[in-house]
Amino acid sequence: MLRYIGKRLLMMVITLWVIVTLTFILMVTIPGSPFNSERGTNEAVQANLEAHYNLDKPYIVQYVLYLKSIVTFDFGPSIKQPSQTVNEMLGRGFPISFELGIITIIVAVLSGVTLGVFAALKHNQIIDYVAMGFAVLGISIPNFVLATLLIQQLAVNIEWFPVARWLSPAHMILPVTALATGPMAIIARLTRSTMLEVLTQDYIKMARAKGLAPWKIICKHALRNALMPVVTIMGTLLAGILTGTFVIEKIFAVPGMGKYFVESINQRDYPVIMGTTVFYSAFLIVMLFLVDIAYGILDPRIKLHKKGGRE
Amino acid sequence: MKINVTDQTGKKPTSHTEIPDEWFSWKERDTKALETVSRPSLSYWKDAWRRLLKNKLAMTGLVFLILLTIFAIFAPILSPYEVNKQNLPDQYQPPSSQHWFGTDNGGRDVFTRTWYGARISLFVGLMAALIDFTIGIIYGGLSGYKGGRTDSMMMRIIEVLYGLPYLLVVILLLVVLGPSLGTIILALTVTGWVGMARIVRGQVLQIKNYEFVLASRSFGAKTARIIRKNLLPNTMGPIIVQMTLTVPSAIFAEAFLSFLGLGIQAPFASWGVMANDSLGAILSGHWWTLFFPAFFISFTMFAFNVLGDGLQDALDPKLRK
Amino acid sequence: MEKLLEVHDLHVAFSTYGGTIKAVRGVNFYLHKGETLAIVGESGCGKSVTSQAIMRLIPEPPGKIVRGKVMFKGKEITRYTEKQMRSIRGVEISMIFQDPMTALNPTLTIGTQLMEGLQEHQSIRGETATSKALEMMHLVGIPNPKERLKQYPHQFSGGMRQRIVIAMALICEPELLIADEPTTALDVTIQAQILELFTTIQAKTGISIILITHDLGVVAKIADRIAVMYAGKIIETGTKRDLFYNQQHPYTKGLLKSVPRLDLKEEQLSPIDGTPPDLFAPPQGCPFTARCPYAMEVCDNVYPVTTERSSSHRVDCWLQDKRAQQLLARTANQ
Repeated sequence: MLRYIGKRLLMMVITLWVIVTLTFILMVTIPGSPFNSERGTNEAVQANLEAHYNLDKPYIVQYVLYLKSIVTFDFGPSIKQPSQTVNEMLGRGFPISFELGIITIIVAVLSGVTLGVFAALKHNQIIDYVAMGFAVLGISIPNFVLATLLIQQLAVNIEWFPVARWLSPAHMILPVTALATGPMAIIARLTRSTMLEVLTQDYIKMARAKGLAPWKIICKHALRNALMPVVTIMGTLLAGILTGTFVIEKIFAVPGMGKYFVESINQRDYPVIMGTTVFYSAFLIVMLFLVDIAYGILDPRIKLHKKGGRE
Repeated sequence: MKINVTDQTGKKPTSHTEIPDEWFSWKERDTKALETVSRPSLSYWKDAWRRLLKNKLAMTGLVFLILLTIFAIFAPILSPYEVNKQNLPDQYQPPSSQHWFGTDNGGRDVFTRTWYGARISLFVGLMAALIDFTIGIIYGGLSGYKGGRTDSMMMRIIEVLYGLPYLLVVILLLVVLGPSLGTIILALTVTGWVGMARIVRGQVLQIKNYEFVLASRSFGAKTARIIRKNLLPNTMGPIIVQMTLTVPSAIFAEAFLSFLGLGIQAPFASWGVMANDSLGAILSGHWWTLFFPAFFISFTMFAFNVLGDGLQDALDPKLRK
Repeated sequence: MEKLLEVHDLHVAFSTYGGTIKAVRGVNFYLHKGETLAIVGESGCGKSVTSQAIMRLIPEPPGKIVRGKVMFKGKEITRYTEKQMRSIRGVEISMIFQDPMTALNPTLTIGTQLMEGLQEHQSIRGETATSKALEMMHLVGIPNPKERLKQYPHQFSGGMRQRIVIAMALICEPELLIADEPTTALDVTIQAQILELFTTIQAKTGISIILITHDLGVVAKIADRIAVMYAGKIIETGTKRDLFYNQQHPYTKGLLKSVPRLDLKEEQLSPIDGTPPDLFAPPQGCPFTARCPYAMEVCDNVYPVTTERSSSHRVDCWLQDKRAQQLLARTANQ
């Protein structure tokens, strides 16, 4: 187990290094970025940038110092709002985005798994077809389309929910629905197909031959094995939800990091784009690592190097 | 010896005496019949095609995509309106016999723009799938074919790239390169090929296994035929499915980028750009400006997804019965 | 002797897209207390389906017990509700499956899987359950049972896993054990050990065993009686002696010829030509006709009546008819 974690940890560090280096190289080599100080911006800003990125020094030194600033979690200043640092923006926006993301994940997993399990248990019956039809729609409709439809129908036309912002639980319902539908559909389909496969396994037959109650067979023997693949795609789903927050926060005017990020892209506020990208990448990569570890804990077969072993 | 006359089948009771004596004669043996398999064997592709035809949902998807392609090619040519010509007096006309899908904020015909957008969106999707396929085949093929240390090095690189957050890298690249048709396709494929490479490598490893078996049996000239008839179909299946599913995810990614202002820029108008431009309009009641591009994005994604599912079922040799 | 299990005219069918597969087509047999019955046949002949039908483990749909009844200890269990069946499964009738690699849940410890039957049926938990589990592991010959209890299936070898599966099946002390190809997936040396284990357990507990197999070598070792199945029917049944030394059905003869024997070196191994019939549309006559070296016109048209050669030995074959015997004699003279 320790070896497994160690290997994953190493992979994580390498991936982080690649994304940081990629960011640096892109910013340095592309004309028009603040690193090539050809374009005259506000002098105070320029001074700020030069101080933070050590633009007067050779690239290699810049790179080392940049790495150092990343490791110490210092993402530097913003160009467009010189009074703010990227850290301050993250501090304000990220908790809200995180809240939106976490609620979305919980909703998506709970409803997706439930839907998938019911569809599998009622295989080739009405419930199965309805659930899977719903899931295919959920995968096909992009979240921004769904978000707009929800606003127009449920917030503008019949005024059940507030149109925008992030103030109360009522404000959360529409953005979370818009963001959770896609991942929920993916989870439902995956749960259904793995569940169907697991249900034909010999150990399920064995459990039935033992005379176990059906719900026990499903909860104890089938579900746990059926959820393994769902755990493995959690990383991808998290990435999807995280990038989804950019769009959803923009549409629902939620003051999270996603909204700042989109604004910074529109204004070409390079330090903010860089800082946020690196921060979000790091966040996702760490999440991916945690998912891997969780998988190792859930599946005893991963612990190949533990004592005992094969006889 | 006691002869007990019972009947196990539960059919009409019979007894020894009811059977005519002449039936007790040797039956002529048909040795050929022993060797024939009871079910006719269809070629792999025919069989897969037959099963795909049976899948109504997948066929709906396929027919939709064919129609979409035809319309995308011909509709803009036949339309009397120009894609980008603004005509402000005609702003926000609801759908009518003149403007089938209505007009947008610039008074442009949404029908024409939708089909024009189909060209862009399909082009982006197909190019992304094609480039992923090409790089994936070369990289995955090389990795699987070489094996050993080369393979494990190449797989390490894949693992790192796979860990990178796809859309964030795409955003970063587009911010730096500036959005255009070419850079969007480039950005979408720069890490997008990784999934394909993994699949190809797995399939190549499988073929290598077969080859070993084949060589040891020295089939000689028949080898090529066996590879073509048995191995290629089995290995092409997952690759075709992966390509089918790459197209909608590229279309979705392009639409997503439009929302960040990183989509295709004027004078082109992809569905994503059209939908993004119309977000405000829908609140003022001009639903058609969003509805048509959004509908086509959704239905195209739907069509590719169900087609991919159908192909997966049809091409999976394990399900062959 | 008391009959523990009786199967009367059992029919099982599966509906598929291609049509209905008549997997079991009127099977009759019985089992005495403490006896071992072997059901032998090629794959797809319906032997596994028969055993699963007894336990009512056939997935419905697509499967269905069309007709017939199963009597267990004088009670017609084919009429039991699913809940009543559950109180029999694992408690009175247990089953083990072919592949010990897949019969154990990879994500649960051996201990959990061993003891869950006890918890379900006898509400035995904690210390008592653990000691019972240890006792069972000892019975099936697993060293270091205490340590092993906390391990996962992947930490066991194939033979050890099959022992665990057997322990799992025996933990509630059932009266009947149905073993579906219990040694097929194992190495030859391990096979012998597992068969030995069956004999030991039977001697200790007096359990009755139905052994499903395609391997006549297995049968020779531990079966008391044998039933040969072909295309969903039992075509010949009798004691081990009846079938090994006085087999009547050409199929049984063919089966025995295709088994390598150490005592008869000069005789050639001969496989049976052809394949079993398609069970979508089973022939109306004897299903073996197409492959039978003694096929007669009658065989194609009418299913043979059952001939009782002795109280234990029964065979379904037209060769038992007097006129067929005359035909055989005439052919021999020519």
